[in-house]
Amino acid sequence: MTDLTKTGAVGEPVRTGSPQPDAFLDVRDLKVHFPTDDGLVKSVDGLSFQLEKGKTLGIVGESGSGKSVTSLGIMGLHTVGQYGRRKAQISGEIWLDGKELLSADPDEVRKLRGREISMIFQDPLSALHPYYTIGHQIVEAYRIHNKVDKKAAKRRAIELLDRVGIPQPDKRFDGYPHEFSGGMRQRAMIAMALVNNPELLIADEPTTALDVTVQAQILDLIRDLQKEFGSAVIIITHDLGVVAELADDLLVMYGGRCIERGPAEKVFYEPQHPYTWGLLGSMPRIDRDQTERLIPVKGSPPSLINIPSGCAFHPRCPYADVPKGGITRTERPELKVLSGQESARHYSACHMAAEDRARIWAEEIAPKL
Amino acid sequence: MIPELTGSDPAAMFIGKQADPGAVEGVREKLGLGDPILVQFWNFISGIFVGRDYTGGGSSFHCDAPCFGYSFRTEQEIWPVLTERLPVTLSLAAGACVLWVVVGVTTGIISALKRGTAIDRAAMTIALAGVSLPIYFTALLSLAVFRTQLGWFDAEYVDIAQDPLGWFSGLVLPWVTLAFLYAAMYARLTRATMLEVLGEDYIRTARAKGLSEPVVVGKHALRSTMTPILTILGMDLGALVGGAILTETAFSLPGLGQAAVKAIGDFDLPLILGVTLIAAAAVVLANLVVDILYSVIDPRVRLS
Repeated sequence: MTDLTKTGAVGEPVRTGSPQPDAFLDVRDLKVHFPTDDGLVKSVDGLSFQLEKGKTLGIVGESGSGKSVTSLGIMGLHTVGQYGRRKAQISGEIWLDGKELLSADPDEVRKLRGREISMIFQDPLSALHPYYTIGHQIVEAYRIHNKVDKKAAKRRAIELLDRVGIPQPDKRFDGYPHEFSGGMRQRAMIAMALVNNPELLIADEPTTALDVTVQAQILDLIRDLQKEFGSAVIIITHDLGVVAELADDLLVMYGGRCIERGPAEKVFYEPQHPYTWGLLGSMPRIDRDQTERLIPVKGSPPSLINIPSGCAFHPRCPYADVPKGGITRTERPELKVLSGQESARHYSACHMAAEDRARIWAEEIAPKL
Repeated sequence: MIPELTGSDPAAMFIGKQADPGAVEGVREKLGLGDPILVQFWNFISGIFVGRDYTGGGSSFHCDAPCFGYSFRTEQEIWPVLTERLPVTLSLAAGACVLWVVVGVTTGIISALKRGTAIDRAAMTIALAGVSLPIYFTALLSLAVFRTQLGWFDAEYVDIAQDPLGWFSGLVLPWVTLAFLYAAMYARLTRATMLEVLGEDYIRTARAKGLSEPVVVGKHALRSTMTPILTILGMDLGALVGGAILTETAFSLPGLGQAAVKAIGDFDLPLILGVTLIAAAAVVLANLVVDILYSVIDPRVRLS
């Protein structure tokens, strides 16, 4: 952590020496490791990114790429479900609004949870307590952080339920989660997350458990609310379609590391990493010729205990054999800013020469998308 | 029905060993043993609500409602026997229940939170012993140590109305012995359920709201943990009211269980019938109460 000569996973020098954060949310060299009987599971292995208020970051990757663990790490909830056993190890720095969270007192961090950082979970049915009313759960979230009486808290909860588009909010206030439909439940969950005007909202696969017709409504709602509340938003998903319209920035994770990061339109239209190409190729698109098949990414996600040496993606990479000027496979590629695009902040971690990538993208990948 | 299946003759047992056939016949008529089974059943059921007259063999007597039958063995009505013994069993069950729920559930929660640590292992080892050791062994052990060696709690059972302190000290050893077994089972159940609940998404949500750990565990997790515990508690309590046979026998408590053992030994059919009926009623009642409590605890069970 103190080694300033090393470069971080993002390709920028690790600035752990600098006392001040560079952005509203500044995550530096985040590592979350879980000791297990089989070995150390490196769920997140050196992740850095920044996010400003009012902006949306999409974190994309397969199952097990470390996206959810990243969000839990930011929340300080990575040890959830671990009682008395070997605890998760976390290192790096997480700066939120000028405060470093990993070195802060856990009770301080707890007080930030739900007030400054809120989270929306994947499956609202299992994420809401089945035995308490929706209203009770929202009121509870509000009253932890605000010293108000129950009446005022109820007014606030109903106001939020109304804002997220739940009809008859004063009636639904007394409803239980099982009495709500999937979409309404997720709206209630969003109301609960927003009840304290959080500065950072993390949505972990917010639409995965919902009907396709409801997904778009929920995404629209998140976008509208972000404009209204001005929060920073992280959307975690395995579905590029979800973040296509929503995210300002995209971060593609693979094997616990970031392999490509940049403004959303850059990552979508000029993707640099073969894995990103694979993700785009496996995404169904309405404007694609229907006779063409989707192109799956071959192979399966890497073991997080024995992450492949060098580029974690190389065992699955169709371009692993492209000559890379003497770089061996055991050498880990660093996130490099693309030449001449410093201002665009587009980074990718691939050994292939920029010319090779540009050629392959133009000749082999883009025409098929 | 039982006399026919077992080939015994209650009337003959009522009279004694050397009875002349005429007298046996008289008793048979008096107790209605010659009637068809359905008639006997009807007489028994109606006796519970309106009382019953036993006539025959030249004499008759009246058994007041609720008449649960008449023991030809002890020449007693059954109902007074039951009402005399029920409070003993209830005292035993209720006291032990409070003890085991408090101890068992607390131990289970602590074990779950300290999973894999020395505390957890020690607690679960003791719990395993509690579940495995037969109650007559732990009962005799506690009697040997506390009553014989130390001379504590040597009081016999007395009614709570007469002497609350004597009632208490007479029941301490039975309570502890019985509660040890059940506390062990409840600790294991609570631990397993608690661990499962703590892994639920809504517990993560509770933490994500910024709730403190005591509230997360004590409110959100405990509420869900109580559901299976309540189910088992209802069944256990119901079964115990029918008589904690081993405990009552080991500590010479004049409860229903002891009565049942004695009745079975004596082939005292009406008494067996009475105890069984009470036991069955207790199980049904306990389950009814549990079902009602369910709807209070779990809104998903509530009828719309």
